[in-house]
Amino acid sequence: MGDVLLLLIILGFTFMTGTIIEKRHFENIKKREIALIKKPIINFGAKKWDTNRKIKKIELVTGECVISGDYFKNFVAGLKNLFGGRLTTFESVLDRGRREAILKMREKARGANFIINARIESVMLNDTYGQESVPQCAIIAYGTAVTYE
Amino acid sequence: MILTNIESVPGMVITAQYGLVAGSTVRAKNAIKDFGAGLKNMVGGELKSYTELLTEARKEAVSRMEQQAQRMGANAVINVRFATSSVTVGAAEVYAYGTAVKVQPKG
Repeated sequence: MGDVLLLLIILGFTFMTGTIIEKRHFENIKKREIALIKKPIINFGAKKWDTNRKIKKIELVTGECVISGDYFKNFVAGLKNLFGGRLTTFESVLDRGRREAILKMREKARGANFIINARIESVMLNDTYGQESVPQCAIIAYGTAVTYE
Repeated sequence: MILTNIESVPGMVITAQYGLVAGSTVRAKNAIKDFGAGLKNMVGGELKSYTELLTEARKEAVSRMEQQAQRMGANAVINVRFATSSVTVGAAEVYAYGTAVKVQPKG
């Protein structure tokens, strides 16, 4: 009985904290995305790119983010795994992580005109089976920033 | 050293190629920060100390790749890619690789 109660308390607590943190993070991301909506233009997948304009600076820009779900999300996903279907609790976590990494990359290239061939690379950090561990995802976004003279 | 992740350097022409250059690094944070990240893991959100770890690892891998390219006499690395993998809990490997080339301005 005590164990069930403890589990419920942990679930309730992590549900609250997780929801608050996620909401704040999404608000923060939206604000920064609106601020950067015009510049620089991002191009996903141009392998060859050239211009006749004079170029001042070419630079590799990166953005990193390590994001984790919470205990509640993990628990819900574990239950949902039995029936299959969308794991919506993890979708929002990965979405946040990727957007955060892309934003960090764009913020580093604030003065640039273009980011060419942006790519996103991700890896799960602790996907140890058999242990109760919450997945963490490390994400690197990178691209070539071009600044005109 | 110019780094790009496309097949050319815009505004420049490639005069020589030197082949593959790569740099890799595995990094771990100390146990105290691991413990902090473990707690943060319960409530969720961005793990700032691990993000920092990833940034350091990426910088180290890129600088090793640059050193290798410099020894070859190249002045640019094109088609740079990053690959990451998890070695153990709390440690991350970052591998950066690309083609070392010599470039000069057009015309």
